[in-house]
Amino acid sequence: MIHSPYVRKQVSVQRTMGLVLLALLPAIALYAWKIGTGILVSLALATLTALAAEALVLALRKRPVGIALGDLSAVVTAWLVALSLPAIAPWWLTVAAVLVAIVAVKHIYGGLGQNPFNPAMVAYCTMIVAFPALMSQWPAAGALDFDTQLGLILGSARELDAITGATALDALRTGLRADGASVQSVLQGPAFGMAGGREWEWVGLGYLAGGALLLATRIITWHMPAAFLGTLVVVSGLFWLIAPGQFASPLFHLASGGTLLAAFFIITDPVSGATTPRGKLVFAAGIALIVWLIRSFGAYPDGIAFAVLLMNMCVPLLDMKTQPRVFGHRNEAGESVRTGERRP
Amino acid sequence: MIGRLFKFHGGIKPAAHKDESAKAPIRRAPLPARLIVPLRQSTRATATCIVEIGQKVLKGQCIGEPEGFLGTAVHAPTSGTVVDIAPHTMAHASALQTRCVVIEPDGEERWIEHAPFDYHGASRDESLAWLRACGIVGMGGATFPSHVKLGKGAGIETLILNGGECEPWITCDDRLMRERAADILAGAVILRELIGAREMVVGIEDNKPEAIAAMQDAAAASGHGVRIVPIPSLYPAGGEKQLIRVLTGIEIPYGKLGGDYGVQCFNVGTAHAVYRAIAHGEPLLSRIVTLTGNVEDAGNWEVLIGTPIEELLQLARPKPDTDRSIMGGPMMGFALPRLDVPIVKGSNCIISASPTLFPPPPPEQPCIRCTECAKACPAELQPFELYWFGRSKNFGKAQEYNLFDCIECGCCAYVCPSHIPLVDYFRFSKSEIWARERDKSAADQARERFEFRNFRQEREKAEKAAKLAAKAAETRAKLAEGGEAPAPKTAAEPGEDPKKALIAAALARAQAQKAEVKPQNTDNLSADKLAEIADIEARRLAAAVTAPAADATPGADTPAATVAVDAESRN
Repeated sequence: MIHSPYVRKQVSVQRTMGLVLLALLPAIALYAWKIGTGILVSLALATLTALAAEALVLALRKRPVGIALGDLSAVVTAWLVALSLPAIAPWWLTVAAVLVAIVAVKHIYGGLGQNPFNPAMVAYCTMIVAFPALMSQWPAAGALDFDTQLGLILGSARELDAITGATALDALRTGLRADGASVQSVLQGPAFGMAGGREWEWVGLGYLAGGALLLATRIITWHMPAAFLGTLVVVSGLFWLIAPGQFASPLFHLASGGTLLAAFFIITDPVSGATTPRGKLVFAAGIALIVWLIRSFGAYPDGIAFAVLLMNMCVPLLDMKTQPRVFGHRNEAGESVRTGERRP
Repeated sequence: MIGRLFKFHGGIKPAAHKDESAKAPIRRAPLPARLIVPLRQSTRATATCIVEIGQKVLKGQCIGEPEGFLGTAVHAPTSGTVVDIAPHTMAHASALQTRCVVIEPDGEERWIEHAPFDYHGASRDESLAWLRACGIVGMGGATFPSHVKLGKGAGIETLILNGGECEPWITCDDRLMRERAADILAGAVILRELIGAREMVVGIEDNKPEAIAAMQDAAAASGHGVRIVPIPSLYPAGGEKQLIRVLTGIEIPYGKLGGDYGVQCFNVGTAHAVYRAIAHGEPLLSRIVTLTGNVEDAGNWEVLIGTPIEELLQLARPKPDTDRSIMGGPMMGFALPRLDVPIVKGSNCIISASPTLFPPPPPEQPCIRCTECAKACPAELQPFELYWFGRSKNFGKAQEYNLFDCIECGCCAYVCPSHIPLVDYFRFSKSEIWARERDKSAADQARERFEFRNFRQEREKAEKAAKLAAKAAETRAKLAEGGEAPAPKTAAEPGEDPKKALIAAALARAQAQKAEVKPQNTDNLSADKLAEIADIEARRLAAAVTAPAADATPGADTPAATVAVDAESRN
């Protein structure tokens, strides 16, 4: 028997995931236009792999396949994996990464809603640990035509230096550590644009636009992006002011690597993230801090994936320790509330 | 606090659907063929039936005397004949039964003699007794006896009239305020006087502009300083605690009542009933019921208590595809399992539902922890956490996360993108916890009974043994006195016959025993005697304790401790 409430808002998981996909479109369009159309091949490959893997695992688990495929959550995971990997990564790398995300991270833990870790970020970490060289070959902006990109994805031989460029974060690292140059001089290099990686800034703006859409449609709240970007700016700004020759500026941190993708699409994953308002703030600030530490001192060029996974581990504790006050319970704590003094 | 409104967290804005039934004036429902009047009209007490089958009754005649503090009187809603007194199914989600008086109306509507009640000339207690005798209970749905709510007569700063009516579809309070504003306010003035409140506020959701205007006109005309406050339409603003929060800023926690914080809240319908009871001497015989939903003729009807819903529904002419009737609103109401049940004092609305009006929810999907439910929860809970705990039967954790602060308003389930029937999970968790607590207290009682029985048996055995020993010692002592042996001087003289020492000890025990059976004398005992008694008590204790203490750890409520306490109290 159906119980109250008998009326429901017209919402669904499918609508939520659909809006996330929609919000990714501006960035994808700019990616294809400014960096290279190879990303479209990667996205298609990832999507097909994700749907096939999802269907297969659901069938093995004897769960209804149709509803779960229709909720679009696998497609969101696939797109985020594809956008995290280099767009010219060979096809098997993308497929393997998506399989890790869908099978190992999502379904082994029990499927949608059950995974303690962010699937796309586990996939990224697995790949960067297993194939560090391939994972650091990013397409130089606009340098390759579609056929070349497709060839690279399908596995043709790689003449690396000619066709790929280091990312801005990578170039800065190498410049600072290996060549002993200052930030200012490194930033004169060909990989850099106005603020971050050349032309990659456009993709960042695309993520920003998508994030605005997610905020406007209340799919995400302001807490995580604000705390993440705010902390990153404050920490990097502090060190940049102290030693501008050794530390990159806040603007560079915002515009480089996966910062904006992470701020609105990665750390805001509801399943593996903190849920309380205060928990969200701490969670996102923690990620930003670890990202800055890894970028500035760590062994990897970008640390978002590791930072997210580390903070994923803290989520149960964060949620437990930041439970909001329940209606009326302020009275017991004796905090500020009209207590309705009785007449004498 | 003048003018300032407060917010509560969350809330939702479902489609109101008020216009369907709010347009037409209140109509009087025709007399049904028979009235089924439940003797249980307030939440917690059933009235004692004082009529017999075959007896003629007049409209307003008392047919059920109130029983207990929470009881209220029950009256014949019209004149006629009592044809049956038997258990009858109620308008309840589980179709519970209660004892009902079935009356066949004679159609004459002959009133019993009634007169206004001069509450100015009466004491406060007499006035409350009058309301109780008139069967006045809360008409917002909870049917809590009003005389109890008016109880203390002191310490209430603010009287609030609830005209919120935040549930979609329901318009009975709306129409009542539009048409009988002056009567409602007159009732409110009586309530204010009885409760001793300084100020009086009526909160009405701003989606009822006509009701607000009518009440404001009546307030201006009455000159009693009543404030009519439009509040934002945000479900569940009409919930008592939410309304108190919006109007005063005070948050009443779970388990507390408004009265504890100097606020008391009555439904506008209750105020109207109070006015009729005091100013006209009329007991509560009818109420306004909204008939709406999938019907040809939605509207509000003045309905006699006891009118069968089946018959009443025909007035609104439900459309053919109607598949259920929902009592209450769509957010918190329930589908009636049967329709041959009577309207009671808390029945505010019946919605005829069809699959198109209230489509079955889409299949439940996994929770993605999107926290939409937490954003919507007016109790500021984390419903998804409670859902996970409930699902995994982790009820302790659910309680820790304040499950019982949930008011089951349905906001969480309304907004859930995974279509999870969250409120069902919470009701399940709550009833599981209640069931476990009942089981646990039953088991505790059984264990305590068993342990006490063991302890009692041991004690009796020890007492019997001591008595026998004392008697034997006495006889032996007598024999010894009568014989050649001298009376023992002290209990433990070295080198003496061990037999004699034994006898001496027994003698001492016997003396102590004698002293002990007169506890009133113990005050005057010497220190030696007291020491002796303590010594003996200790021995007895050791004897009595062994059996029950074997499997029970010493604690405040174990038999061992009981023995100690027992021994102490005897000293």
